[in-house]
Amino acid sequence: MGFLSPQDEQAVKKEFERMGGPVKLTVFASELGPETNGQTVALVKEVAALSDQLSVEVLNPHIEREQAQAYGVEVTPAVVVEGARDYGIRFLGIPAGYEFSNLIDSIVAASTGEAGLRADTVSALGALADDVTIKVFSTPT
Amino acid sequence: MRLAQHMAIASPRITAQCIEATEFPELSRQYRVMAVPKIVINDRVEFEGAIPEKDFLDAVLRAAEPTEREA
Repeated sequence: MGFLSPQDEQAVKKEFERMGGPVKLTVFASELGPETNGQTVALVKEVAALSDQLSVEVLNPHIEREQAQAYGVEVTPAVVVEGARDYGIRFLGIPAGYEFSNLIDSIVAASTGEAGLRADTVSALGALADDVTIKVFSTPT
Repeated sequence: MRLAQHMAIASPRITAQCIEATEFPELSRQYRVMAVPKIVINDRVEFEGAIPEKDFLDAVLRAAEPTEREA
């Protein structure tokens, strides 16, 4: 039925044991968009079912325009990963394949707020005076 | 690319967008995505493939520098 095999679910649950707080996944999807919209909603719901600390909200950006604008979402499907605050983590397109492990990693990291970076990296990033947008293009395989 | 997301957690200035290239062909064309992962920072600095944290940081700092026009 679903995207995740029982083995996948076990592996993800094991990762989620490291979660340190609640994480909200907001999915922007449109029925008028390509089929990956519905697939993304289904996949994210499957993932969220694997931890009590995960919640999901599904929004249609054509209807919930203000929220789409607030999150800076201009395309669908899009998934916003929020922990104690909105860290600015977005997945555009279905987070499957290679991006799936990034999604799980992002959820765990957002739950703790721990970046897990070198101290000098964190220090240098803390001195940023302007906004920075990092786009990472990848493919499912 | 996990570094991008982790940097977003470290800094409120940073937004990390993980984009499925085949789903957004126009965006991929616009950013000339020929190989993945391809990283584009502030539409100014770009590179392909995984690089060490130090080099990734240098790329972010380079992209964040004000341009001569803006300075």
